[in-house]
Amino acid sequence: MSTVSPLLFLILVPLVAAVLVMLGGKSRTVSIFASALNLVLFLVLAARFNGSEAGFQFVSSFPIVPQLGINFILGADGLSLMMLFLSTAVTLAAVAVARPPVENDRWFYVSLLLISAGVIGAFASVDVFLFYMFHELALIPTFLLIGIWGSGDRQAAAWKATVYLATGSFVLLLGLVGLYLIQPLGERSFDLRHILQLAEAGRIPDNPIVYLLLLFGFGTLVSLFPFHTWAPQAYASAPAPAAMLHAGVLKKFGLYGLIRIAAPVFPESIQALLPLLLVLIAGNILYVGYVTIAQRKLDTMLGYSSVMHMGYIFLGFAALNVVSLTGASLMLLSHGLTVALLFALCGEIRERTGTLEFSELGGIARATPRLGLAFGFAAMASVGLPGFIGFASELMVFFGSFVGEPTQMRAQTGAATEVFKFTSIQIATIFAVWGIVISAIYMLRAYRRIFMGPLPERWSRLSDLAGLPRVAAVLLIGVMLFFGFFPQLLVNLVTPALFQP
Amino acid sequence: MIEPVLLEVSVVVLGIFLLMAEAFGLKEKKTLASWAIGGLVAVFIATFLIGPNAPGFEASGFYVMDGLALFFKRFLILSTILVLVMSVDYLPIVQRLVPGEKPGAGSGEFFILPVFTCAGLMWMASATDFIMIFCALELVTISFYIQVAYMRRSMSCLEAGTKYLILGALSTGFLVYGITWIFGTTGETNLAAIRIALSEVPIANHPGILFGLALILVALGFKIAAAPFQFWAPDVYQGAPTPVTAYLAVASKAAGFLVLIRVLEPFFSVPTFQNKIFLVLVLLAALTLIFGNLAAIPQTNFKRLLGYSSIAHAGYLLVGLAAIGDAFAGRAVVFYLAGYLLMTFLAFLILVPVTKAAGGDDISNFNGLARRAPGLALAMLIGAASLAGVPFTVGFFGKFFIFEVALNQGLYLLVLIGVVTVASGFYYYFKVIRAMYWQPAPEDSTPVVVSKASSLAIYTLAALILILGVYPQLLIGILP
Repeated sequence: MSTVSPLLFLILVPLVAAVLVMLGGKSRTVSIFASALNLVLFLVLAARFNGSEAGFQFVSSFPIVPQLGINFILGADGLSLMMLFLSTAVTLAAVAVARPPVENDRWFYVSLLLISAGVIGAFASVDVFLFYMFHELALIPTFLLIGIWGSGDRQAAAWKATVYLATGSFVLLLGLVGLYLIQPLGERSFDLRHILQLAEAGRIPDNPIVYLLLLFGFGTLVSLFPFHTWAPQAYASAPAPAAMLHAGVLKKFGLYGLIRIAAPVFPESIQALLPLLLVLIAGNILYVGYVTIAQRKLDTMLGYSSVMHMGYIFLGFAALNVVSLTGASLMLLSHGLTVALLFALCGEIRERTGTLEFSELGGIARATPRLGLAFGFAAMASVGLPGFIGFASELMVFFGSFVGEPTQMRAQTGAATEVFKFTSIQIATIFAVWGIVISAIYMLRAYRRIFMGPLPERWSRLSDLAGLPRVAAVLLIGVMLFFGFFPQLLVNLVTPALFQP
Repeated sequence: MIEPVLLEVSVVVLGIFLLMAEAFGLKEKKTLASWAIGGLVAVFIATFLIGPNAPGFEASGFYVMDGLALFFKRFLILSTILVLVMSVDYLPIVQRLVPGEKPGAGSGEFFILPVFTCAGLMWMASATDFIMIFCALELVTISFYIQVAYMRRSMSCLEAGTKYLILGALSTGFLVYGITWIFGTTGETNLAAIRIALSEVPIANHPGILFGLALILVALGFKIAAAPFQFWAPDVYQGAPTPVTAYLAVASKAAGFLVLIRVLEPFFSVPTFQNKIFLVLVLLAALTLIFGNLAAIPQTNFKRLLGYSSIAHAGYLLVGLAAIGDAFAGRAVVFYLAGYLLMTFLAFLILVPVTKAAGGDDISNFNGLARRAPGLALAMLIGAASLAGVPFTVGFFGKFFIFEVALNQGLYLLVLIGVVTVASGFYYYFKVIRAMYWQPAPEDSTPVVVSKASSLAIYTLAALILILGVYPQLLIGILP
């Protein structure tokens, strides 16, 4: 196609910046400038986005392997636009809070920029294959970031994460190849629009094996119970900006993929295998939730809490109706912003005190009131207090799931099993609501342990949140509050994207 | 227009000329190497100018010049050139370990033998008669015996040479015996004639044909290092001079695969054999994948690791062969081989200067390379990522195409094994990345020196890996 999608520039800006940094540009300045430019570029694009028009916009296509129907197709609809916003905003925040390491600061920023290019590319891809490839592009720099500049037992953490994620990705790749092969011969393609059209016309068989491959492939990447054990360790060890980008944005790739690809193509398999998924979700929310309560360090606690919150999004996906899927999509954004802010602040605390053990911290809100305030906001947003975007999304997930009736997609048959007049998904929802209590317990307790109480002498001269990190925190909190009060903006954007290929 | 057969002839002439030049006066080894490289580049260019064979020659049927043969000839010439570039860098180590009256004596053949090997490999690419296959294979193998054991002062090198000699001779025995059985049961040695004869032989002769074919498969299994015939590979790879290891790992294996494709083709056309061969290929592929990948995990020596990794890659290639019924499978296998050439040579080209600087070829010798030589470390990062199969590298597309055709042919079990082994591949290839980027450099590290030709080759290969990883159509377009 002759036109070049403006989305290409969103991918190119961080890549070019990475090259500039490698060639000797001032690493921090170039990175911040590039990320800010990218956010502005995105806002311009978003302003030009026509919300009333269905389907993908800004589309451009270029054949890569025509024999196998692989094309480099860029495009954005409401859902991907939202994810692109998340990517650009969190990238800016991550680069802003990044502390240049003592040595090799150049490679540090190059890695961050590459992750950014990878996630933006993934969310801007319409071709499923490219979607997958861009995600992988982001994995290697993550591995390097954790392994080189991480803290604690960083090598073991990076190692474990790499092996888990690589295996998950190859399972996912098999699922995608399966998705390609179950299409009718002669019309096979990796083009998402094409796949959705075929699914709409009922020409793709609803194959449970392909669905399972996708579920476990994507699931491992999003730390679905019991494949979650890589995540807490990796996030605890990762430097703050890497944790922000991975937990905040890159991890959302898996759920985005499930909502985008699996939900419209395999509704019957999802229904048929619902009990399995619900048990895993319960594991995510309850088991990991209680594990989170037991944590004694802030970084591992945040790691586990981010695993736990994935359970809600999975629940929204499993319920398969308009409200729950919209809620799940919104939660991608809300959780991304929240967890990015939490990891940023966690990094700031570590920078100041050198420890994250609850037993050693305490009362530091007196010395650093702004940091305390920001952390308070973040903790509340994470719990899902009204006024934050997290509340709107959690509410929609719970309402949607409790209704429990899958709407539309294809003709549905067979309802979930009933126990005591509750369907299984309603029971899962009840458990999930209990998860809110769990997250309130650990978040508030962490807040109390770190910021409240008497201020020990050794922490009395801590410096407060200032400079660029403060700007980044304010930016993230502002966005969360804004969408918390006007979630309808996002709902209008996302809902049509979910149901009109 | 050049007659195709002149390509091999000119390579042999080049080899003899170099031998003479070395014997009568030319003492500067590097000039010898650059002449050899120049000659091979000329032959490479000549491959673009060849016309069809003379009709009478073509009818004899023992030598074909199809697209596959031409592609592989270019492939093999290119790998020989890369081996020679690597040998120049490796020369000081060879000279130290070769006994001679004067320093540097006896190292001229180190550059000349690969030229003869190249001629043998090119003949293998065109051979369609068992006699021709056997002769070409022997030219290759015998010149390899000398090259593997070249460094006569190194015990491990001698050990490698002995192992390769004994096991190689054994596999030759299997090959000849297999050929005689096929000849005895069908009365033909020509593959095209065998194809016709197969449909006519009485059923009673089928066990004899299968027995002969099994023996031939054993012999070719040795060449491509497929389990359970892989025992020689790790020791020989570790002991042999690094350029020779690279040559064995890439060129010898690629030619072996081509011969395997050619030999199996007539047998695949007969339904009764088809199922049995298919079963054997699936078993070989599964065993090779599992053994190569699992045994690579605990390795600490980089050359040995690459030895096991080459077994593992043979496994993925065998998966592609087992799926040969798919229309795309042939191209998938050739694409994988081409990608394998790029990444394996890249790894070996980087290993040579690192070995010279650090004095060994263990993974720990790569420690801190990111700080000592950032460019080399980046290239090695790309190479290791490609070997592991990370997207945006050619290795990823290689594996992807193989898995795609295998799934399409319903080889679910093989694909499952493939995915698990890919994960273990990530583990052992990333050990090198970890050493380069995470470990501190040793205190007494000497600077890593790379010659201009080597660094040109290294950066070209790394760039090609990335370009083909983004746009594989470039290569697919020229595949036969």
